[in-house]
Amino acid sequence: MKVTLRVWRQESKNTQGAFETHALDQVKPEMSFLEMLDVLNEQLIKAGKRAVEFESDCREGICGTCNMVINGQAHGPVRGATTCQLYLRSFQDGETITIEPFRAKAFPVIRDLVVDRTALDRIIMSGGYISVKTGPHADANANLVPKDLADRAMDAAACIGCGACVAACPNASASLFTSAKITQFSLLPQGQPERKSRVINMVNAMDKEMFGSCSNLGECEAACPKKISIQHIAIMKKEYLFAALSADYREGMGSSETAG
Amino acid sequence: MVRLTQLIRSSLGYKYLTGLSGLGLGLFVIAHLLGNLTLFQKEGTAFNAYAEKLQALGPVLILMELGIVAVVVLHIWSTVQVTLSKRAARPIGYEVTQSKGGPSKNTAGSRYMIVSGTILLAFLVLHIIQFRFGPGVAEGYVTQLGGDEVRDLHRLVKEVFADPKWVAIYTAVMIFLGFHLRHGYWSMFQSLGLMNPRWSGPIYFGAKALAVLLSLGFIAIPIYLYMVFGGLI
Ligand code: FES
Repeated sequence: MKVTLRVWRQESKNTQGAFETHALDQVKPEMSFLEMLDVLNEQLIKAGKRAVEFESDCREGICGTCNMVINGQAHGPVRGATTCQLYLRSFQDGETITIEPFRAKAFPVIRDLVVDRTALDRIIMSGGYISVKTGPHADANANLVPKDLADRAMDAAACIGCGACVAACPNASASLFTSAKITQFSLLPQGQPERKSRVINMVNAMDKEMFGSCSNLGECEAACPKKISIQHIAIMKKEYLFAALSADYREGMGSSETAG
Repeated sequence: MVRLTQLIRSSLGYKYLTGLSGLGLGLFVIAHLLGNLTLFQKEGTAFNAYAEKLQALGPVLILMELGIVAVVVLHIWSTVQVTLSKRAARPIGYEVTQSKGGPSKNTAGSRYMIVSGTILLAFLVLHIIQFRFGPGVAEGYVTQLGGDEVRDLHRLVKEVFADPKWVAIYTAVMIFLGFHLRHGYWSMFQSLGLMNPRWSGPIYFGAKALAVLLSLGFIAIPIYLYMVFGGLI
Protein backbone atom coordinates (compact mmCIF):
# COMPACT_ATOMS: atom_id res chain seq x y z
CA MET A 1 0.00 0.00 0.00
CA LYS A 2 0.97 3.65 -0.40
CA VAL A 3 0.93 6.41 2.17
CA THR A 4 2.04 10.02 2.21
CA LEU A 5 3.58 11.20 5.47
CA ARG A 6 3.65 14.78 6.69
CA VAL A 7 6.24 14.61 9.44
CA TRP A 8 7.28 17.36 11.83
CA ARG A 9 10.99 18.10 11.48
CA GLN A 10 12.82 20.24 14.00
CA GLU A 11 16.57 20.38 14.43
CA SER A 12 16.69 21.19 18.14
CA LYS A 13 14.81 22.67 21.04
CA ASN A 14 15.45 26.26 20.03
CA THR A 15 15.05 26.06 16.29
CA GLN A 16 11.94 26.51 14.19
CA GLY A 17 10.34 23.34 12.93
CA ALA A 18 8.24 22.58 9.87
CA PHE A 19 6.39 19.74 8.20
CA GLU A 20 8.15 17.66 5.58
CA THR A 21 6.25 15.46 3.12
CA HIS A 22 7.43 12.00 2.10
CA ALA A 23 5.74 9.39 -0.04
CA LEU A 24 6.14 5.69 0.73
CA ASP A 25 4.84 3.33 -1.93
CA GLN A 26 6.04 -0.04 -0.69
CA VAL A 27 4.52 -0.49 2.75
CA LYS A 28 2.31 -3.34 3.92
CA PRO A 29 -0.88 -3.30 6.04
CA GLU A 30 0.68 -5.69 8.56
CA MET A 31 3.59 -3.34 9.24
CA SER A 32 3.52 -1.50 12.54
CA PHE A 33 3.56 2.27 12.46
CA LEU A 34 7.14 2.30 13.74
CA GLU A 35 8.24 -0.22 11.10
CA MET A 36 6.82 2.16 8.53
CA LEU A 37 8.94 4.95 10.01
CA ASP A 38 11.94 2.60 9.84
CA VAL A 39 11.24 2.20 6.13
CA LEU A 40 11.05 5.97 5.75
CA ASN A 41 14.33 6.42 7.60
CA GLU A 42 16.11 3.83 5.48
CA GLN A 43 14.92 5.70 2.42
CA LEU A 44 16.15 9.00 3.89
CA ILE A 45 19.54 7.61 4.91
CA LYS A 46 20.10 6.09 1.45
CA ALA A 47 19.39 9.50 -0.04
CA GLY A 48 21.99 11.00 2.28
CA LYS A 49 19.45 12.85 4.41
CA ARG A 50 18.97 12.96 8.17
CA ALA A 51 16.64 10.28 9.53
CA VAL A 52 13.46 11.25 11.36
CA GLU A 53 14.13 10.98 15.08
CA PHE A 54 11.52 9.18 17.11
CA GLU A 55 11.65 7.18 20.32
CA SER A 56 10.95 3.51 20.79
CA ASP A 57 12.15 0.78 23.07
CA CYS A 58 10.03 -2.27 23.80
CA ARG A 59 7.84 -2.11 20.69
CA GLU A 60 5.31 -4.20 22.56
CA GLY A 61 3.21 -1.53 24.22
CA ILE A 62 4.70 -1.52 27.71
CA CYS A 63 7.45 1.09 27.91
CA GLY A 64 5.60 4.20 26.79
CA THR A 65 8.37 5.80 24.76
CA CYS A 66 6.97 5.60 21.22
CA ASN A 67 5.12 8.89 21.50
CA MET A 68 3.70 10.89 18.64
CA VAL A 69 0.44 12.46 17.58
CA ILE A 70 -0.94 10.81 14.47
CA ASN A 71 -3.66 12.60 12.53
CA GLY A 72 -4.47 14.68 15.59
CA GLN A 73 -4.64 11.76 18.01
CA ALA A 74 -2.01 10.72 20.55
CA HIS A 75 -0.80 7.22 19.55
CA GLY A 76 -3.11 7.33 16.52
CA PRO A 77 -6.66 6.21 15.93
CA VAL A 78 -6.81 2.91 17.84
CA ARG A 79 -8.00 3.01 21.46
CA GLY A 80 -5.92 1.22 24.05
CA ALA A 81 -2.81 0.98 21.89
CA THR A 82 0.56 2.69 21.79
CA THR A 83 2.07 3.79 18.47
CA CYS A 84 4.19 0.62 18.31
CA GLN A 85 0.99 -1.44 18.57
CA LEU A 86 -0.65 0.48 15.74
CA TYR A 87 -0.66 -1.21 12.34
CA LEU A 88 -1.03 0.23 8.89
CA ARG A 89 -4.23 -1.73 8.36
CA SER A 90 -5.82 1.02 10.46
CA PHE A 91 -5.17 3.43 7.59
CA GLN A 92 -6.48 3.74 4.05
CA ASP A 93 -4.36 2.97 1.01
CA GLY A 94 -3.14 6.31 -0.32
CA GLU A 95 -3.91 8.16 2.91
CA THR A 96 -1.98 11.24 3.96
CA ILE A 97 -0.88 10.87 7.59
CA THR A 98 0.17 13.86 9.66
CA ILE A 99 2.69 13.08 12.41
CA GLU A 100 3.44 15.64 15.11
CA PRO A 101 5.36 15.51 18.38
CA PHE A 102 3.52 15.65 21.72
CA ARG A 103 2.84 19.33 22.31
CA ALA A 104 3.07 20.92 25.73
CA LYS A 105 5.13 23.64 27.36
CA ALA A 106 6.36 20.97 29.79
CA PHE A 107 7.40 18.66 26.92
CA PRO A 108 9.94 20.65 24.88
CA VAL A 109 10.86 19.11 21.53
CA ILE A 110 14.39 17.72 21.52
CA ARG A 111 14.38 16.82 17.85
CA ASP A 112 11.67 15.93 15.32
CA LEU A 113 9.21 13.70 17.21
CA VAL A 114 11.30 13.28 20.35
CA VAL A 115 10.20 15.36 23.31
CA ASP A 116 11.67 15.75 26.78
CA ARG A 117 9.27 14.16 29.27
CA THR A 118 11.43 14.42 32.38
CA ALA A 119 8.73 16.70 33.83
CA LEU A 120 6.78 13.50 34.52
CA ASP A 121 9.82 12.00 36.29
CA ARG A 122 10.03 15.05 38.53
CA ILE A 123 6.39 14.57 39.52
CA ILE A 124 7.20 10.97 40.48
CA MET A 125 10.28 12.05 42.42
CA SER A 126 8.15 14.43 44.47
CA GLY A 127 6.09 11.63 45.99
CA GLY A 128 5.48 8.62 43.76
CA TYR A 129 7.03 6.09 46.13
CA ILE A 130 6.33 4.18 49.34
CA SER A 131 8.50 3.51 52.37
CA VAL A 132 9.43 -0.14 52.85
CA LYS A 133 11.11 -2.07 55.62
CA THR A 134 14.62 -3.19 54.93
CA GLY A 135 15.78 -6.62 56.01
CA PRO A 136 14.67 -10.03 54.89
CA HIS A 137 11.97 -10.56 52.33
CA ALA A 138 8.43 -10.14 53.65
CA ASP A 139 5.89 -12.86 52.98
CA ALA A 140 4.00 -12.25 49.77
CA ASN A 141 0.56 -11.76 51.30
CA ALA A 142 1.52 -10.23 54.63
CA ASN A 143 -0.62 -7.17 53.87
CA LEU A 144 -4.33 -7.81 53.56
CA VAL A 145 -5.78 -5.89 50.61
CA PRO A 146 -9.49 -6.01 49.70
CA LYS A 147 -9.89 -7.38 46.20
CA ASP A 148 -11.86 -4.41 44.84
CA LEU A 149 -9.23 -1.93 46.03
CA ALA A 150 -6.45 -4.11 44.70
CA ASP A 151 -8.18 -4.11 41.31
CA ARG A 152 -8.63 -0.34 41.24
CA ALA A 153 -5.05 0.26 42.34
CA MET A 154 -3.91 -2.13 39.62
CA ASP A 155 -5.94 -0.23 37.02
CA ALA A 156 -4.06 2.94 38.01
CA ALA A 157 -0.73 1.14 38.13
CA ALA A 158 -1.20 0.15 34.49
CA CYS A 159 0.03 3.67 33.60
CA ILE A 160 3.20 3.44 31.51
CA GLY A 161 3.95 7.15 31.86
CA CYS A 162 3.90 7.84 28.13
CA GLY A 163 2.28 11.25 28.48
CA ALA A 164 -0.47 10.68 25.92
CA CYS A 165 -2.92 12.15 28.44
CA VAL A 166 -1.00 15.42 28.37
CA ALA A 167 -0.69 15.35 24.59
CA ALA A 168 -4.38 14.68 24.04
CA CYS A 169 -5.71 17.09 26.67
CA PRO A 170 -6.88 20.36 25.09
CA ASN A 171 -5.46 22.04 28.23
CA ALA A 172 -2.19 20.04 28.26
CA SER A 173 -2.99 18.90 31.78
CA ALA A 174 -1.09 16.06 33.43
CA SER A 175 -3.97 15.24 35.77
CA LEU A 176 -4.56 11.70 34.55
CA PHE A 177 -0.90 10.72 34.87
CA THR A 178 -0.47 12.37 38.27
CA SER A 179 -3.74 11.00 39.64
CA ALA A 180 -2.95 7.45 38.55
CA LYS A 181 0.44 7.66 40.24
CA ILE A 182 -1.24 8.92 43.42
CA THR A 183 -4.18 6.51 43.58
CA GLN A 184 -2.16 3.39 42.86
CA PHE A 185 -0.67 3.96 46.34
CA SER A 186 -3.40 5.78 48.22
CA LEU A 187 -5.85 2.92 47.71
CA LEU A 188 -3.47 0.36 49.20
CA PRO A 189 -2.31 -0.19 52.82
CA GLN A 190 1.31 0.11 51.70
CA GLY A 191 0.65 3.66 50.54
CA GLN A 192 -0.81 5.01 53.78
CA PRO A 193 2.25 6.42 55.58
CA GLU A 194 2.87 9.08 52.88
CA ARG A 195 -0.74 9.38 51.79
CA LYS A 196 -1.17 13.08 52.59
CA SER A 197 2.28 14.37 51.76
CA ARG A 198 2.25 12.41 48.51
CA VAL A 199 -0.83 14.02 47.05
CA ILE A 200 0.16 17.54 48.13
CA ASN A 201 3.72 17.24 46.87
CA MET A 202 2.82 15.58 43.57
CA VAL A 203 0.10 18.10 42.76
CA ASN A 204 2.48 20.94 43.61
CA ALA A 205 5.15 19.36 41.40
CA MET A 206 2.64 19.02 38.57
CA ASP A 207 1.73 22.70 38.85
CA LYS A 208 5.40 23.71 38.93
CA GLU A 209 6.00 22.00 35.59
CA MET A 210 3.44 24.33 33.95
CA PHE A 211 0.95 21.66 32.95
CA GLY A 212 -2.53 23.05 32.37
CA SER A 213 -5.51 22.70 34.63
CA CYS A 214 -8.10 19.95 34.10
CA SER A 215 -11.43 20.87 32.48
CA ASN A 216 -12.99 17.41 32.82
CA LEU A 217 -13.00 16.84 29.06
CA GLY A 218 -12.01 13.19 29.38
CA GLU A 219 -9.94 13.20 26.21
CA CYS A 220 -7.06 11.79 28.29
CA GLU A 221 -9.02 8.65 29.12
CA ALA A 222 -9.85 8.14 25.44
CA ALA A 223 -6.20 8.60 24.46
CA CYS A 224 -4.65 6.53 27.26
CA PRO A 225 -3.14 3.35 25.80
CA LYS A 226 -3.94 1.67 29.12
CA LYS A 227 -7.51 3.05 29.23
CA ILE A 228 -7.06 4.60 32.68
CA SER A 229 -10.28 6.23 33.87
CA ILE A 230 -10.67 9.87 34.83
CA GLN A 231 -12.23 8.56 38.03
CA HIS A 232 -8.67 8.54 39.32
CA ILE A 233 -8.63 12.31 38.80
CA ALA A 234 -11.74 12.57 40.98
CA ILE A 235 -9.96 10.53 43.66
CA MET A 236 -6.93 12.82 43.42
CA LYS A 237 -9.14 15.87 43.93
CA LYS A 238 -10.75 14.33 46.99
CA GLU A 239 -7.40 13.19 48.42
CA TYR A 240 -5.83 16.62 47.89
CA LEU A 241 -8.70 18.43 49.56
CA PHE A 242 -8.68 16.13 52.60
CA ALA A 243 -4.90 16.28 52.90
CA ALA A 244 -4.75 20.05 52.49
CA LEU A 245 -7.45 20.63 55.10
CA SER A 246 -6.34 17.99 57.58
CA ALA A 247 -4.95 19.34 60.81
CA ASP A 248 -2.01 16.96 61.06
CA TYR A 249 -0.52 17.82 57.70
CA ARG A 250 2.58 19.98 58.03
CA GLU A 251 4.27 21.82 55.21
CA GLY A 252 7.50 20.17 54.17
CA MET A 253 6.23 16.73 55.09
CA GLY A 254 7.37 14.15 52.60
CA SER A 255 10.42 16.09 51.50
CA SER A 256 12.01 15.44 54.92
CA GLU A 257 11.05 11.78 54.62
CA THR A 258 13.20 11.43 51.55
CA ALA A 259 16.05 13.39 53.11
CA GLY A 260 16.01 10.76 55.92
CA MET B 1 -2.87 22.26 57.32
CA VAL B 2 -1.83 23.71 54.01
CA ARG B 3 -2.27 27.46 53.86
CA LEU B 4 -5.60 28.27 52.33
CA THR B 5 -4.07 30.59 49.74
CA GLN B 6 -1.82 27.77 48.56
CA LEU B 7 -4.79 25.43 48.33
CA ILE B 8 -6.81 27.89 46.28
CA ARG B 9 -3.95 28.84 44.00
CA SER B 10 -3.14 25.26 43.08
CA SER B 11 -4.53 23.92 39.82
CA LEU B 12 -6.97 21.83 41.86
CA GLY B 13 -7.97 24.85 43.95
CA TYR B 14 -9.38 26.55 40.86
CA LYS B 15 -11.41 23.44 40.19
CA TYR B 16 -12.86 23.34 43.69
CA LEU B 17 -13.86 26.99 43.36
CA THR B 18 -15.33 26.46 39.90
CA GLY B 19 -17.23 23.43 41.16
CA LEU B 20 -18.52 25.10 44.31
CA SER B 21 -19.55 28.34 42.61
CA GLY B 22 -21.01 26.28 39.78
CA LEU B 23 -23.03 24.33 42.33
CA GLY B 24 -24.43 27.58 43.72
CA LEU B 25 -25.30 28.93 40.28
CA GLY B 26 -26.66 25.58 39.17
CA LEU B 27 -29.04 25.51 42.12
CA PHE B 28 -30.02 29.12 41.49
CA VAL B 29 -30.96 28.30 37.91
CA ILE B 30 -33.26 25.51 39.13
CA ALA B 31 -34.91 27.80 41.70
CA HIS B 32 -35.29 30.55 39.10
CA LEU B 33 -37.10 28.28 36.68
CA LEU B 34 -39.38 26.94 39.41
CA GLY B 35 -40.34 30.51 40.36
CA ASN B 36 -40.87 31.49 36.76
CA LEU B 37 -43.28 28.62 36.20
CA THR B 38 -45.87 31.01 37.72
CA LEU B 39 -45.77 32.79 34.34
CA PHE B 40 -47.84 29.95 32.94
CA GLN B 41 -50.80 31.39 34.83
CA LYS B 42 -52.38 33.71 32.24
CA GLU B 43 -53.79 36.32 34.62
CA GLY B 44 -50.34 37.04 35.99
CA THR B 45 -51.44 37.30 39.61
CA ALA B 46 -49.37 34.29 40.63
CA PHE B 47 -46.25 35.77 39.06
CA ASN B 48 -46.84 39.23 40.52
CA ALA B 49 -47.49 37.73 43.95
CA TYR B 50 -44.24 35.74 43.69
CA ALA B 51 -42.31 38.86 42.65
CA GLU B 52 -43.90 40.83 45.46
CA LYS B 53 -42.93 38.19 48.02
CA LEU B 54 -39.30 38.48 46.94
CA GLN B 55 -39.53 42.26 46.96
CA ALA B 56 -40.96 42.19 50.49
CA LEU B 57 -37.76 40.54 51.73
CA GLY B 58 -36.19 44.01 51.44
CA PRO B 59 -32.58 44.05 52.62
CA VAL B 60 -32.50 40.24 52.72
CA LEU B 61 -33.25 40.19 48.99
CA ILE B 62 -30.46 42.67 48.31
CA LEU B 63 -28.09 40.52 50.37
CA MET B 64 -29.13 37.46 48.38
CA GLU B 65 -28.62 39.31 45.12
CA LEU B 66 -25.18 40.49 46.16
CA GLY B 67 -24.38 36.92 47.17
CA ILE B 68 -25.26 35.67 43.71
CA VAL B 69 -23.12 38.40 42.14
CA ALA B 70 -20.21 37.33 44.35
CA VAL B 71 -20.62 33.70 43.30
CA VAL B 72 -20.73 34.78 39.63
CA VAL B 73 -17.51 36.76 40.10
CA LEU B 74 -15.84 33.78 41.79
CA HIS B 75 -16.95 31.48 38.97
CA ILE B 76 -15.55 33.87 36.36
CA TRP B 77 -12.28 34.34 38.22
CA SER B 78 -11.59 30.63 38.66
CA THR B 79 -12.53 29.67 35.11
CA VAL B 80 -10.45 32.48 33.63
CA GLN B 81 -7.48 31.13 35.60
CA VAL B 82 -8.06 27.69 34.09
CA THR B 83 -8.32 29.19 30.60
CA LEU B 84 -5.10 31.17 31.06
CA SER B 85 -3.23 28.11 32.35
CA LYS B 86 -4.33 26.23 29.26
CA ARG B 87 -2.87 28.86 26.94
CA ALA B 88 0.42 28.85 28.83
CA ALA B 89 0.57 25.06 28.95
CA ARG B 90 0.55 24.64 25.17
CA PRO B 91 2.09 27.66 23.44
CA ILE B 92 2.54 25.76 20.17
CA GLY B 93 -0.64 23.98 19.13
CA TYR B 94 -1.26 21.01 16.87
CA GLU B 95 -1.82 21.29 13.16
CA VAL B 96 -4.45 18.55 13.34
CA THR B 97 -6.58 17.66 16.36
CA GLN B 98 -9.23 15.02 16.60
CA SER B 99 -11.08 13.54 19.54
CA LYS B 100 -10.60 9.83 20.04
CA GLY B 101 -14.27 9.38 20.99
CA GLY B 102 -15.13 6.51 23.32
CA PRO B 103 -15.25 7.76 26.92
CA SER B 104 -14.15 11.26 25.84
CA LYS B 105 -16.42 14.12 26.84
CA ASN B 106 -14.50 16.46 24.59
CA THR B 107 -17.17 18.14 22.47
CA ALA B 108 -17.67 21.70 21.25
CA GLY B 109 -20.00 22.21 24.21
CA SER B 110 -17.48 21.12 26.85
CA ARG B 111 -14.44 22.64 25.15
CA TYR B 112 -15.98 26.06 24.71
CA MET B 113 -17.48 26.53 28.19
CA ILE B 114 -15.69 29.87 28.29
CA VAL B 115 -17.62 30.97 25.18
CA SER B 116 -21.05 29.82 26.39
CA GLY B 117 -20.15 31.31 29.77
CA THR B 118 -19.33 34.68 28.23
CA ILE B 119 -22.61 34.66 26.33
CA LEU B 120 -24.46 33.83 29.56
CA LEU B 121 -22.67 36.65 31.38
CA ALA B 122 -23.64 39.20 28.72
CA PHE B 123 -27.18 37.87 28.84
CA LEU B 124 -27.26 38.11 32.63
CA VAL B 125 -26.40 41.82 32.51
CA LEU B 126 -29.04 42.44 29.84
CA HIS B 127 -31.64 40.38 31.70
CA ILE B 128 -31.09 42.24 34.97
CA ILE B 129 -31.28 45.65 33.27
CA GLN B 130 -34.39 44.60 31.41
CA PHE B 131 -36.39 43.27 34.34
CA ARG B 132 -34.76 43.94 37.72
CA PHE B 133 -34.10 47.56 36.83
CA GLY B 134 -36.86 47.85 34.23
CA PRO B 135 -39.92 50.10 34.51
CA GLY B 136 -41.78 49.70 37.81
CA VAL B 137 -44.36 51.44 39.96
CA ALA B 138 -42.96 54.89 39.16
CA GLU B 139 -43.48 54.28 35.44
CA GLY B 140 -47.07 53.21 35.98
CA TYR B 141 -46.54 49.44 35.97
CA VAL B 142 -48.94 49.00 38.88
CA THR B 143 -51.52 46.38 39.67
CA GLN B 144 -53.86 45.54 42.53
CA LEU B 145 -52.93 42.50 44.57
CA GLY B 146 -55.04 41.65 47.61
CA GLY B 147 -55.91 45.31 48.05
CA ASP B 148 -52.30 46.52 47.77
CA GLU B 149 -50.72 48.41 44.89
CA VAL B 150 -47.71 46.44 43.68
CA ARG B 151 -45.35 46.45 40.72
CA ASP B 152 -46.91 44.86 37.64
CA LEU B 153 -43.87 42.85 36.56
CA HIS B 154 -46.13 40.52 34.62
CA ARG B 155 -47.09 43.34 32.26
CA LEU B 156 -43.43 44.08 31.58
CA VAL B 157 -42.63 40.43 30.87
CA LYS B 158 -45.66 40.24 28.58
CA GLU B 159 -44.62 43.36 26.66
CA VAL B 160 -41.04 42.23 26.22
CA PHE B 161 -42.06 38.86 24.82
CA ALA B 162 -44.66 40.36 22.51
CA ASP B 163 -41.60 41.19 20.43
CA PRO B 164 -40.43 38.14 18.44
CA LYS B 165 -36.90 39.55 18.51
CA TRP B 166 -36.69 39.04 22.27
CA VAL B 167 -38.29 35.61 22.04
CA ALA B 168 -35.58 34.62 19.56
CA ILE B 169 -32.74 36.08 21.65
CA TYR B 170 -33.90 34.39 24.84
CA THR B 171 -34.38 31.08 23.07
CA ALA B 172 -30.90 31.22 21.57
CA VAL B 173 -29.24 32.05 24.88
CA MET B 174 -31.13 29.29 26.69
CA ILE B 175 -29.71 26.78 24.21
CA PHE B 176 -26.23 27.92 25.25
CA LEU B 177 -27.34 27.61 28.87
CA GLY B 178 -28.30 24.00 28.17
CA PHE B 179 -24.86 23.19 26.77
CA HIS B 180 -23.15 24.99 29.64
CA LEU B 181 -25.15 23.08 32.23
CA ARG B 182 -24.70 19.79 30.41
CA HIS B 183 -20.95 19.90 31.07
CA GLY B 184 -21.28 21.94 34.26
CA TYR B 185 -23.58 19.76 36.31
CA TRP B 186 -21.54 16.57 36.05
CA SER B 187 -18.24 18.49 36.09
CA MET B 188 -18.89 19.81 39.54
CA PHE B 189 -19.08 16.27 40.89
CA GLN B 190 -15.81 15.45 39.16
CA SER B 191 -14.11 18.66 40.29
CA LEU B 192 -15.13 18.16 43.88
CA GLY B 193 -13.92 14.56 43.81
CA LEU B 194 -17.40 13.06 44.14
CA MET B 195 -17.36 10.81 41.07
CA ASN B 196 -16.87 7.10 41.69
CA PRO B 197 -17.27 3.98 39.59
CA ARG B 198 -20.70 3.24 41.00
CA TRP B 199 -22.30 6.64 40.48
CA SER B 200 -20.51 8.15 37.50
CA GLY B 201 -22.99 6.72 34.98
CA PRO B 202 -26.14 8.04 36.68
CA ILE B 203 -24.49 11.39 37.46
CA TYR B 204 -23.37 11.90 33.88
CA PHE B 205 -26.79 10.98 32.54
CA GLY B 206 -28.62 12.96 35.23
CA ALA B 207 -26.66 16.09 34.34
CA LYS B 208 -27.74 15.78 30.73
CA ALA B 209 -31.38 15.22 31.64
CA LEU B 210 -31.41 18.17 34.01
CA ALA B 211 -29.69 20.46 31.50
CA VAL B 212 -32.17 19.58 28.74
CA LEU B 213 -35.12 19.99 31.09
CA LEU B 214 -34.00 23.40 32.35
CA SER B 215 -33.12 24.67 28.90
CA LEU B 216 -36.49 23.60 27.49
CA GLY B 217 -38.31 25.00 30.52
CA PHE B 218 -36.75 28.43 30.06
CA ILE B 219 -37.38 28.37 26.31
CA ALA B 220 -41.04 27.46 26.82
CA ILE B 221 -41.81 30.61 28.82
CA PRO B 222 -41.19 33.35 26.20
CA ILE B 223 -42.73 31.19 23.48
CA TYR B 224 -45.83 30.58 25.61
CA LEU B 225 -46.20 34.27 26.45
CA TYR B 226 -45.74 35.28 22.82
CA MET B 227 -48.40 32.85 21.66
CA VAL B 228 -50.89 33.64 24.40
CA PHE B 229 -50.65 37.41 24.32
CA GLY B 230 -49.98 37.61 20.61
CA GLY B 231 -53.38 35.91 20.31
CA LEU B 232 -51.98 32.83 18.61
CA ILE B 233 -53.66 30.45 21.06
S1 FES C 1 7.94 1.22 22.09
FE1 FES C 1 7.44 0.63 24.15
S2 FES C 1 5.38 1.17 24.24
FE2 FES C 1 5.82 1.52 22.17
